[in-house]
Amino acid sequence: MFKQLFFEDVKIGINLPVLKKKVSSQQLVMYAGASGDYYQIHYDQDYAKSNDLPGIIIHGALKNAFLGQLITDWIGDNGDLLELSVQYRGMDVPEDELTVTGIVTDIKIDSSKNNTIYCDIWIQNSSGKKSTLGKAIVSLPYKVITK
Amino acid sequence: MDNSVKKALSEYIGSESEAVTYEVELGAVIKFAKAIGDDNPIFSNPKLARTSRHGGVITPPTFLRSMFHNSSGEKIFFSAGVDGGSEWKYFEPVRIGDKITVIKKFVDFFTKDGSLGEMIFQINEIRYINQFDQIVATQRTTGISYEPKK
Repeated sequence: MFKQLFFEDVKIGINLPVLKKKVSSQQLVMYAGASGDYYQIHYDQDYAKSNDLPGIIIHGALKNAFLGQLITDWIGDNGDLLELSVQYRGMDVPEDELTVTGIVTDIKIDSSKNNTIYCDIWIQNSSGKKSTLGKAIVSLPYKVITK
Repeated sequence: MDNSVKKALSEYIGSESEAVTYEVELGAVIKFAKAIGDDNPIFSNPKLARTSRHGGVITPPTFLRSMFHNSSGEKIFFSAGVDGGSEWKYFEPVRIGDKITVIKKFVDFFTKDGSLGEMIFQINEIRYINQFDQIVATQRTTGISYEPKK
């Protein structure tokens, strides 16, 4: 039941899967509750506007979670997520269509055959802007054990 | 930027928050996975997760965000804030029943003028340590604070 990606399946330049997300105001409240981040800019329009924001915005950390899901879905249960970084370049708002994806940028193998795979990852909003940029480093199991 | 603010922040570099410890509860992990819209059974289904290599439910990569560091005594100069980003490093899976101790260290800051006016960027490094004294993850965060004009 757990689908697995193997090292042999990955090459530099391949695209990661695409994860589509559309966040409702209800999901922002669910995330506030589950994460304990009750900052009002994520559910109170008036409060957000009084903080010079256009309206309520999606928690950066929720976008970070989407990038995490992109990677854990992709690498499967036997893949290891080693590093995940994210920079928020723009704010995202509820009900926008967000595209969460990435690309493999580099692959390294050390002398004991341990592999490290480097990815650029991002979230693009419906106006085509990459509002969130990130990087992930993962390690994958081998289909054929050669160690 | 007021020089006294910069001086106060400089003196604050290297300081650590008081440790706070949380237990990882299944219900909280399921609720978190649902809130982020992640239906991977490894984060929510104990029966299926038993057949995985971890032998049980583990937490989604950003679940540790729900385990806040102790923020008493934190330096706040502007009244509003936004999140600039995070850099996570993972060392061990986090399992149900783990007891996670959270400690935040203030490592650096810089100031910048931008769309929200004068802004302070504060860099923190948060480490998450389990009951076996293993660092399970670290998170380097950039917090941006500013003073609303309205």
